[in-house]
Amino acid sequence: MGARQREISVSEFFTKNRHLLGFDNPRKALLTCVKEAVDNALDACEEAGILPEVVVKLEAVANGGSAPPPSQATRFRITVTDNGPGIVREQIPRIFAKLLYGSKFHRLRMSRGQQGIGISAAGMYGQLTTGKPVQIISRTGAKAVAHYFEVQIDTKKNEPRILEKKQIDWEHQRGIQVSIEVDGRYQKGRASVDEYVEQTIIANPHVKLTYLTPEGETKEYPRTYHELPPSPREIKPHPYGIELGMLLKMLQDTKSHWLSGFLASDFSRVSPRLAEDICKAAKLSPRARPRDVHGESAEALYKAIQSTKIMAPPTNCLSPIGEKAILSGLYQQIKGDFYTAVSRPPAVYRGNPFVIEAGLAYGRGPEQAAESQEKKAIPLAEGEQQQDDHELARVIRYANRVPLLYQQSACAIYKAVLDTTWRTYGIAQSKGALPGGPMVIFVHMASVWVPFTSESKEAIADYDEIRKEITLALRECGRRLGAFLRRRERAESEYRRRDIFELYIEEVAESCNRLKGGRLAAAKLKEQLQAIAKKRTGGEKTDEVLGKDGGGPEGLPHSIIVTPEGIEGEVPVTIAEAPKPAAPPEEAPEAQEKAEKPKRPKGQAMREETTAKGARATRRVKPKAQHKTGAGKPAGTAKTRPTRRRT
Amino acid sequence: MAQAQHKTTAVEKKLVGVADVVIAAAQARKDPTIAIPVRSLSNVKFNEGKGMIEMGKGKQARSFFNVGMAKKFMQTVLVADALCELQRANLTTSLREVYYRTKHTIKNSHENTFDTQDESDPLIEDLEVTLEALREELHVRAENAGSVAGPLVLLDDGDRVDCARLGKGGYSVPSIVEPEYLQIKKCTADFVLLVEKGTQWNRLSEDKFWRKYNCILLTGNGQPPRGVRRLARRLHEEKHLPVYVLVDNDPWGYYIYSVIKQGSINLAFESQRMAIPKAKFMGLSSRDPETYGLPRNVGIKLNDKDVTRARELLNYPWFQKESWQEEIKRLLSSGLKYELDALANKDFQYLTKKYLPRKLKEKDWLD
Repeated sequence: MGARQREISVSEFFTKNRHLLGFDNPRKALLTCVKEAVDNALDACEEAGILPEVVVKLEAVANGGSAPPPSQATRFRITVTDNGPGIVREQIPRIFAKLLYGSKFHRLRMSRGQQGIGISAAGMYGQLTTGKPVQIISRTGAKAVAHYFEVQIDTKKNEPRILEKKQIDWEHQRGIQVSIEVDGRYQKGRASVDEYVEQTIIANPHVKLTYLTPEGETKEYPRTYHELPPSPREIKPHPYGIELGMLLKMLQDTKSHWLSGFLASDFSRVSPRLAEDICKAAKLSPRARPRDVHGESAEALYKAIQSTKIMAPPTNCLSPIGEKAILSGLYQQIKGDFYTAVSRPPAVYRGNPFVIEAGLAYGRGPEQAAESQEKKAIPLAEGEQQQDDHELARVIRYANRVPLLYQQSACAIYKAVLDTTWRTYGIAQSKGALPGGPMVIFVHMASVWVPFTSESKEAIADYDEIRKEITLALRECGRRLGAFLRRRERAESEYRRRDIFELYIEEVAESCNRLKGGRLAAAKLKEQLQAIAKKRTGGEKTDEVLGKDGGGPEGLPHSIIVTPEGIEGEVPVTIAEAPKPAAPPEEAPEAQEKAEKPKRPKGQAMREETTAKGARATRRVKPKAQHKTGAGKPAGTAKTRPTRRRT
Repeated sequence: MAQAQHKTTAVEKKLVGVADVVIAAAQARKDPTIAIPVRSLSNVKFNEGKGMIEMGKGKQARSFFNVGMAKKFMQTVLVADALCELQRANLTTSLREVYYRTKHTIKNSHENTFDTQDESDPLIEDLEVTLEALREELHVRAENAGSVAGPLVLLDDGDRVDCARLGKGGYSVPSIVEPEYLQIKKCTADFVLLVEKGTQWNRLSEDKFWRKYNCILLTGNGQPPRGVRRLARRLHEEKHLPVYVLVDNDPWGYYIYSVIKQGSINLAFESQRMAIPKAKFMGLSSRDPETYGLPRNVGIKLNDKDVTRARELLNYPWFQKESWQEEIKRLLSSGLKYELDALANKDFQYLTKKYLPRKLKEKDWLD
């Protein structure tokens, strides 16, 4: 028996359990690969203080014979290029071809990636299904050379195997290009790559993204928001968020010599005095060696921590998208009549700070509304409805700016949307269903640790604190939408009132004329009736009510209203290039302002080492100027911005 | 139909009056308004002297420049227009055809004048009561839903119809039986028997009951349509025939009888022409099961609706006679209702051979 027992490598485990990481079926696998590569690119750019420019390219690849059409193809090449800081040569193989290797797992800091599995798992999936290695080009700056690598994972040892490495000429000055060939299926619609790209842009309007579809189409998503999100700080764990096992591990690993010192230095919000209090409550000596605290005493310590009142964790570790940016994203990507966004103040679940943000885009936009008007011109037969419209709202969910496309119904966000009584705000909603109407509901959770229900990061776990915050944010959005709808309703009913009289006057006058045997001055009768109608509906006053007064969305903060006449509210305007926010990292001053610079575990990705310091410093020189927008200014005027690098 | 020509002008004038209301109001810069008598229980009176239901004075205003009523007003004018067209062309039509005639999409919109027939039907009734014109006078007819057989000769569109020589099927009563359309040439019967159900009418017709007892057999297949009621009324009035009503023993049967006798709530304004205050209730009475020995097992348990309806009837002013209160209360206390068909339990011809002869002999009816 003993001969059969042997160690299982992580890589082997994941080859068998790839569904845990989001590679369950070819369609989802394609999406997961794109997602991991893009997440990494954005994280890297933002940490380095660079406004991201990402190119996503999908190509159908021939699997013997000529390349089939994208809808039939079973093999794809995914290429993602960014303008980030690049990765130093030595680190490339391990980052892309070693599972559970990365910079993000061992720290409490808000980022898209959390575990260090993503990109290497994508590479491994490619390797498993097509046998092709991952191809990487990396360049850390204009003065550095570009390196080209082909790597694979040794699945037994979980170690990278380098198949090819060389220096090459690359047209980009800086950045990374990852290229993976995988088995997949390209299909549009729900939970597709197209949807992922679109939703990513909504939550990340500071990103410039170019998407080359397998069908040969080039979709350009220009940058609509020119500020990088403020860089989140790293924090130490809060005592409330720690489980006993974790506490034991921390006791073993700490560099402190005394228990009280350990508590004060390894946790956030624990002062030396509070540490003494905790020790006293646990009936342990503050001078005890942390390594000696185990078994029952560790349990006592754990209980003492839970029963001591400790301040909530600091929230500067979070970087919410911000109301302006959400509005901007929704406005650019979704056609609608009304937009609003809400950022909640930070809250805490299990010692982890988080922020909930919500947004709404409602309506079809003036152009489409006009279109549907025209369609209705055919006379309706008996039993036909005037408007056969049973559309339900769409919920788009984000965790740390990453769209969540699967497992909607398991997610706390979805549940909170269902639980909100939308009827209060004038939106139809059947029991236990999403609200009706042309509406997109946007919810984002930003946290140092987003509690996902599974490793493939598809749904947010349903903690009471989180649910409550989402509900509060949705209610605020709902209130604003309700106010907007009521206002529009009022204007419409006035309009309609006059409208129906005008329509019916025609009918009544014609009928009267026929009744009188055609001997009636019908035109005169119409005129007389119209005069009465005008008097009855308030005459000139109604024109004012009908709202060409241009008085902005009163009482509706962070909202945009779109009418055929124009746009009111904080409309983002795509403007010419903002000043480049970050100087190339190499030239950055060595300014140091990281108060709690963490002791990095060894094996930290080098891309961070090279860039982070400079980036933080330079981000202070943010471009602020051009973002003030005049109400009513049409959006999307000057879209083209010169790309400095590619000339 | 030439002689109909001069009579229609009165109705035509009334219809044109609708247009005049609009024109006059427009000139006076006022909201055009039509006052329409209310057609509900709250606006009917039971005239005990005349023995019929009469419409009260309650009226509702339908004005054009009121968002809630604008469409209805417009529709009312459209219907008046269509009805006037009928008058001028001297044609008759059905409710449904009026609906189709007036349906179109309003200019510069996607809105239809009418979406369903349910919208146009009540407007015709509104005009009937407002203009005090009968539906027949408005040239709107209903389905021919009634039969007549017996010693009766009619003249319909110039055709001589002998109701004694039409076999088992009898003559199908048209919905308009006004003298200008249908003349009673000859009638030698002694009374009129109005039967609720076609099946019982068939039984009586097949057994040639009318020949033996010299009567006219009429049926309206349920609630009798206007044509049947009007024909019974004419036979009663012009030929002085007593009218006997034979219905199921349930609250709905009672109500059918009361509609024939006193008129209906919805069309109270037509009682003058329709009601037969002297009509008698022949059966089935709640006393009959006992008198005629009908077994309990051919009864049907009263359901909740039946009970509610029976209680309502108890409160109607025209059911206040002691004999009627007793009759209805007996039905309620027995908890059972009986169909006419249940008589077949004793014999297929029990109705013809035993039940009716005995009733007629004993003069066992309610007033």
